[in-house]
Amino acid sequence: MASKTLFDKIWDAHLVRSIEAGPDVIYIDRHYIHEVTSPQAFKGLEERGIKVFRPAQTLATADHNTPTKDQHLPIKDELSRNQVNKLIENCRKNGIDLFGLGHQYNGIVHVIGPELGYTRPGDTIVCGDSHTSTHGAFGAVAFGIGTSEVEMVLATQCILQTRPKTMKIKVDGEIQKGVTSKDIIMYIISKLTSGGATGYFVEYCGTAIEKLSMEARMTICNMSIEMGARGGLIAPDEVTFSYLKKTRYFTDNPFELKIFDSWKNLKSDRDAKYDADVNINANEIRPMLTYGTNPGMAAAVDENIPVSEKAGEKPSSSFLKSLEYMGFSPGEKLAGHNIEFVFVGSCTNGRIEDFRAFAELVKGKKKAPGVTALLVPGSKLVEQQIIKEGLLKTLNEAGFELRQPGCSSCLAMNEDKIPAGKYAVSTSNRNFEGRQGPGARTLLASPLTAAAAAVTGKITDPRDLM
Amino acid sequence: MPKEKLNILESTCVPLPLENIDTDQIIPARFLSATSREGFGDNLFRDWRYNKGGEPNNSFVLNNKKFYGKILVTGKNFGCGSSREHAVWAVYDYGFRVVISSFFADIFRNNALNNGLLPVILPETEVLILLEMISLDPSLKVRIDVSEKKLEIPSAGKSYTFELNPYKQECLIKGLDDIDYLLNMKDKIVEFEKRKGI
Repeated sequence: MASKTLFDKIWDAHLVRSIEAGPDVIYIDRHYIHEVTSPQAFKGLEERGIKVFRPAQTLATADHNTPTKDQHLPIKDELSRNQVNKLIENCRKNGIDLFGLGHQYNGIVHVIGPELGYTRPGDTIVCGDSHTSTHGAFGAVAFGIGTSEVEMVLATQCILQTRPKTMKIKVDGEIQKGVTSKDIIMYIISKLTSGGATGYFVEYCGTAIEKLSMEARMTICNMSIEMGARGGLIAPDEVTFSYLKKTRYFTDNPFELKIFDSWKNLKSDRDAKYDADVNINANEIRPMLTYGTNPGMAAAVDENIPVSEKAGEKPSSSFLKSLEYMGFSPGEKLAGHNIEFVFVGSCTNGRIEDFRAFAELVKGKKKAPGVTALLVPGSKLVEQQIIKEGLLKTLNEAGFELRQPGCSSCLAMNEDKIPAGKYAVSTSNRNFEGRQGPGARTLLASPLTAAAAAVTGKITDPRDLM
Repeated sequence: MPKEKLNILESTCVPLPLENIDTDQIIPARFLSATSREGFGDNLFRDWRYNKGGEPNNSFVLNNKKFYGKILVTGKNFGCGSSREHAVWAVYDYGFRVVISSFFADIFRNNALNNGLLPVILPETEVLILLEMISLDPSLKVRIDVSEKKLEIPSAGKSYTFELNPYKQECLIKGLDDIDYLLNMKDKIVEFEKRKGI
């Protein structure tokens, strides 16, 4: 039998039919839904007079437009309130489990799925959200879909997809002090550009990846989409299994632990061929920061902004437009530039490890005057853990407060907007124009770099404070 | 739902020569709270199209009366970022039926084809030439033939063939969608579940 990649093995195991000269029909094990990209899909089902086909394989949360303060009160914005209520109604009508606002397991869809044990190795997972790639960290084929596709999965538990090409990104070497998995993925995206992996499904491997925790692996897979990849996955190993064993699902259902045996062989064959191979040396990676308006426009914090996209070439109008929006000049030094906001959270960096890293760096220091910090846990469970570990006390002593869970300022659908022209060091995933509010200037970074900015009020290399 | 059919379209074009246009630019997140598919065209490219005060930004191409039509021509990696289908609904609702670029983000391309919006991929140099031709002559017409998978610029005597898989080609021409296809194979799906012990 021909050698196969892990991606191909999972894809083939879920292939219901191949349409000749067309897409494949793929069976979906797990479908996550949220309030923003599902209402039109449910409406479509209603118009067809059909119900959700496999409600038990569907799980819902409200996260995108929910407030991060006073969650016990009705949502102020009428449209958002209506959208959240619509989700409640649609879930009730169709018998779908909903961890809605106020629920003890509420949180960002890509945080709660994994932490509760719903995301599993070898599964196919979709959600109407591009950061569904996060779940690939468990060795699943997980990818974001549009609302028409949400409707397909609700109606038939299947989706029509063209099989993507495969790319192997091997990260070997030692991860340096002050460098996190966020810096690794930002470094990779800066090398490949924001469209460099379009059409591919990525498998991350190598000694540097193997050493990462599940939280750190999720950060890497999460941002696969930021280089255009359909998704990204990491073969499951002992790190994956011990994380899963501690999740609520498996502590509640210990008799199901035998399923773990079937996951042990989920890996690419040794001589499997990929359509593209990329090798990254972890030793070279320093703390990263974006300076432009797409995630590919990133440099090390201690570097200067380049003068064009490619060394020795004239800058394009898109490049110059981007720097103009950011209020930067080509060649300008990044470190030392004033910032006004810090955002820690999102499906990229809203997990317990991210708050541990942030708290560790700000411990015994004070929030810089003039800095507004939005610290938003990814879920209720993360929020509880922050309190349990005493991190909240550390944060409060340093002048920070914690908000309630949600997507928050990552896409600024709720009130958590960065004002026009202001600079925000953000642990989220996108620095697009207006992403964090109209006119907002986003600098993507790790929780450590965000912490360094929060206590100095400037772009700061976190290694200088460690 | 059955879509509007698309086979032959001849139209003037709107040029938007920027690269990496993400779906947050196409439709900002603050307009995603609607629960229907209609009306997003009003906010297409909202923050480029209007100034802070809400008045039209005259330097943006959609506010330039010289350029109009059902075809949008734009730089590479169009539709990257968020999977929001609202971006496609906005482009379609505004009146575009075809977008031409040298490459599209995957999810945007899928979403477009699921809504009867045709993404046409041409080589990067050809897109740049086309953008230049449109800016010199806004009345330039481009003809799209879905059944022949052809893009023609009659006045310049140019003709290109574009990629489109036969399944999607048929869906566009007949106004069919994937859900109809999947609903028709429910037996197969149930059989698959049984075989896999799901």
